Amino acid sequence: MSRKRTLRRALYTLSPWLATIGFFVIWEVGCRVLNVPPFILPTPSAAVAALIQYSDGIWLNASHTMITTLAGFALAVAFGIALGVVVGASPLLYRALNPLLIGFNSIPKVAMVPILVLWFGIGTVPAILTAFLVAFFPITVNVATGIATMEPELRDVLRSLGASKADILLRVGLPRSMPYFFASLKIAITLAFVGAVISETVASNVGIGYLMMSASATFRVPLVFAALLVIAAMGIVMYAVAAYFERHFTGWATRSETG
Amino acid sequence: MHVTARTEKPADARFVHVHGASLHYGEDGEGFLALKDMSLDIGRGEFAAVVGPSGCGKSTLMKLISGLTPRSAGEVEVNGADVTRPLKIVGMAFQNPALLPWRTVLENVLLPIQVVRPHRSDYRVNKAPFIERARALLAKVGLAGVEERYSWQLSGGMQQRVSLCRALIHEPEILLLDEPFGALDAFTREELWGVLQDLWCERGFTVLLVTHDLPEAVFLADRVHVISNRPGRVIYTTDIDLPRPRTQEVCFTPRFVEYVHELRSHISQARQAI
Repeated sequence: MSRKRTLRRALYTLSPWLATIGFFVIWEVGCRVLNVPPFILPTPSAAVAALIQYSDGIWLNASHTMITTLAGFALAVAFGIALGVVVGASPLLYRALNPLLIGFNSIPKVAMVPILVLWFGIGTVPAILTAFLVAFFPITVNVATGIATMEPELRDVLRSLGASKADILLRVGLPRSMPYFFASLKIAITLAFVGAVISETVASNVGIGYLMMSASATFRVPLVFAALLVIAAMGIVMYAVAAYFERHFTGWATRSETG
Repeated sequence: MHVTARTEKPADARFVHVHGASLHYGEDGEGFLALKDMSLDIGRGEFAAVVGPSGCGKSTLMKLISGLTPRSAGEVEVNGADVTRPLKIVGMAFQNPALLPWRTVLENVLLPIQVVRPHRSDYRVNKAPFIERARALLAKVGLAGVEERYSWQLSGGMQQRVSLCRALIHEPEILLLDEPFGALDAFTREELWGVLQDLWCERGFTVLLVTHDLPEAVFLADRVHVISNRPGRVIYTTDIDLPRPRTQEVCFTPRFVEYVHELRSHISQARQAI
């Protein structure tokens, strides 16, 4: 009985690893059994081999993409919070800006890369801006939601104390929007990544996206997949960092204890 | 101890003075009339209760007196002054304790101190006396020892005590209570009646309690007003002449039961007259 329970707990703990390993095993075995040519779908082992072989180039481009992503993400956080606070604190602006925001968010950001290139030239700047444009929206929406959903009783209590709008925002609005904010960071960081890589594939001569494009142009498909693995790994790491900050700063929002 | 027989100046008898006040929500043509021709006086230091069918505008009356919602017509005065904007001498507590989950109990109680002038600047310079005051208040309502816990770690009754402390920490002259014990179980509720009565007897602030619990109104109040269905106005007022401090025993006396019956019959009439 108790051994069964330990086993189940171990399975629970290890499940992410087992699922990931299982995924790669199926991929590897599938490729070999079905004899898939490596220029269509290389095996993961071939991708890892390419990863090791081209590690210098991958490292260079990946770190460049990382910096680009983080720059765009930082812009998105600053702008996203500012816009979220403004929109969340003012019902008028919320209503006024809503269609613009939704419309803007509906535009595929790939379509904007050529425009950004037109304005800023090929290279890092369009990639940073694309990352920013994709990532700020969820932050804005979440911060605005956190502020706008304040309990009316709380607002009454504070107003009856002579609190100014700034007081209410500072003492209640911002703190209570923090769990929403940190939840959006996890989404925003991965989106920033997507934005940066997309821009790099379309218009850049450095970065992991560019590496993938040039590798596929020369049919070095294992290298393309090696780059994909690196992107996925970086995404997981950044997600984990965002999740750590969320737990660390807004533990009160996940109320595990009750009286 | 508080005495029911009063010998104050006329101004004190009309510390809160509402006369012919009405409130219309929404635009002309649409919306609805929440209060119509509402008249009500509360003396300084009086414990007043307002009862009525649900949706009769009891809470609206509270907002009107606190200045949170401007009236559409009539007079609303507090301490002889016209109420045109939020008063700063009120404390409020609601059915929803609305505590801040990221703050400890102590920090929650101190919130008004950080907002109300002139306390906020004093607090910035010297926190100790305010923290001492908050601790004393918490101890008085039976919450000594939980100051550093988070509000969501407390039971509903304890959260409501914290909410009461937050409403009183800045020593307001008027305490406005909107069904503060409505979500609690019967035993906790009756316990908190005692807590509230003790605080009121000791500090002598003016109370307006909005409730639909008739025994609660009779137990706590000096005077109970019955409000009609929407648009709300006072249709019946009675003084509760029971000695203080009142204990649970009083709830079983014939006088008490008579008061409750009397109020109930007026409420039934109010509910039928739509």
